[in-house]
Amino acid sequence: MRAVIAEDSVLLRVGLIKVLEMGGFQVPAEAGDAEGLLAAVAEHRPELALIDVRMPPDFTDEGVRAAMEIRRRWPGTAVVLLSQYVEERYAADLLSANTSGVGYLLKQRVADVADFVAAVRRVADGGTALDPQVVAQLLLLLRRDSDPLARLTPREREVLGLMAEGRSNAGIAQTLVVSESAVAKHINNIFAKLDLPVVDADHRRVLAVLRFLGASRA
Amino acid sequence: MTIPAGLRRTVLRAQRDTGFLAAGVLPHLALVPVWAWAAATTARTGNWLLTVSMSAALVLLGTPLLTAVQRARYRVLIGVDVPRLTPTAPERRTWASTARWLAATRPWRKIGYHLLLGPLIALLELLVLAVAAACLAGVVAYAWTWALPAGIRQDWFGYLTQLPAYTAAGLLLLCALPWTVRAVARAEARLALGLLGRSQAQRLQERVDQLAVSRTDLIEVVDAERRRIERDLHDGTQQRLVSLAVNLGLAIATRPDLPGDAREVIARAHLEAKEAIAELNDLVRGLHPAVLEDRGLDAALSGLAARTPLPVRLRVDLEERVAPSVESVAYFVISEALTNATKHANAMRAEVIVRRVGEVLRVRVTDDGLGGADAAAGTGLTGLAKRVGSLDGAFHVSSPVGGPTTITAELPCAR
Repeated sequence: MRAVIAEDSVLLRVGLIKVLEMGGFQVPAEAGDAEGLLAAVAEHRPELALIDVRMPPDFTDEGVRAAMEIRRRWPGTAVVLLSQYVEERYAADLLSANTSGVGYLLKQRVADVADFVAAVRRVADGGTALDPQVVAQLLLLLRRDSDPLARLTPREREVLGLMAEGRSNAGIAQTLVVSESAVAKHINNIFAKLDLPVVDADHRRVLAVLRFLGASRA
Repeated sequence: MTIPAGLRRTVLRAQRDTGFLAAGVLPHLALVPVWAWAAATTARTGNWLLTVSMSAALVLLGTPLLTAVQRARYRVLIGVDVPRLTPTAPERRTWASTARWLAATRPWRKIGYHLLLGPLIALLELLVLAVAAACLAGVVAYAWTWALPAGIRQDWFGYLTQLPAYTAAGLLLLCALPWTVRAVARAEARLALGLLGRSQAQRLQERVDQLAVSRTDLIEVVDAERRRIERDLHDGTQQRLVSLAVNLGLAIATRPDLPGDAREVIARAHLEAKEAIAELNDLVRGLHPAVLEDRGLDAALSGLAARTPLPVRLRVDLEERVAPSVESVAYFVISEALTNATKHANAMRAEVIVRRVGEVLRVRVTDDGLGGADAAAGTGLTGLAKRVGSLDGAFHVSSPVGGPTTITAELPCAR
């Protein structure tokens, strides 16, 4: 698989390339800003773009905007945003259209190389990888009486959070130290409580996460 | 013979002050002929209407000129700057605004100074000059007799008693002269500053305006500086630390063949690097959250509320963004209030309301905690009150023991 990198710190770019190559990615191009990134994606059409949020010229949210542009122009390209801080607002922007093939992680997660590579791979395969801090922020925003998500039990909310992080049932079971069938039961409860239409499981999964994220914006 | 520096200075200053007083006589008497002419002509012809209007015209024409002359005299001779009164011209010229503008130049005081006070000041100046002349004459009186033909001294024995007395008196007066001329010159300068310069109220107003501008500048400089430090840390140290942690992580992931103790050292370094990143992140975020700049108060508060470990009801009602300094103060007020609610008040929930009412941004944070917060107790609240005060805002804390605590800040946000 191929990935392009947009990161303005040269030092970190070198580290990211090493990490991605270790994870079995090829890195045909790298960029220091959003413009260079879009050009690189147009030229190489990679499966994945790994993007720093704050880049020249304004050092604000260039990366978020570039990621949304990539999602719009090349929907097949998965994007992973990296940032020093996670902002619920950026997450909501990024996930507003589609939650598959999207990741938003704190930069420091790269240091846990194996986990990071697994998360990036998951996104490249069409999954989701939200930083636990993003999920925690979104979950905290959910604690509202009027919210339909308030009907979820704490355990179900936890499961939904892990779904939003992009974990599989097996991954969730491992994290919560329960059986996979228990996880499946929780997930079915979540689907039922959120009144999600009966379609294929993956799609419902995405819808649940979307509902979850949509609620967090209200 | 060397003259002591102190004496030399005193003499020079006395010379300068005397020159200053002498130079004042003529300009201070300048309008006397106008009066005299008016009085004499009225007495002769009885046509007071003509003479009054003529002399009024002369006075009105002469006043700016004389004011300029006096200002130059003060500045050049004794180094006192009598400020020129040039109020900013009104934007829209109406009769009322023009009249106000004219009044701000305080014409009556100037006319009064030149027309009425001037001759009195001139008399005082002449008096001082006469005393100075007399005392100089006295000092030399005794020596002078020796320049006269010897016969005069023989005929008049008073030169032995009377003249030395004059000289002694002259010397005494001469000693007092520098302080006398100094005092008169100072009194004159104070009078001129009051009548030809700005009034106390005008000076205070000007000072207040200056202070307001410099305070606003200072706040902006401090804000800009915080942003700069935040960016520098973000672009430099934070990236370097992440890179360090990544490299250590790579070492762990790619070198399973290393001996156990080496792996352990690397693992500990890896952990510490990650902790350093987390600590630095908190610190840098406290300086200035970047999202505040990008997306404004609403987005920054949304993240803040989400990070606060208790449920926060957030209502931000802003149609457009307010000035960065106002956003920044509002953010820090809310951030500190939520920190207090979590750390000290044991609150279960909090509510944040941000609303713009006219030209005021109203911020209210309520929590259901223990209460008993005291803005005067030197806690973070004092700092908040100061930051709000720096924008001329109002800050209020209501926190009865047992709760609830409500912190309100009202920040002027006219753009």
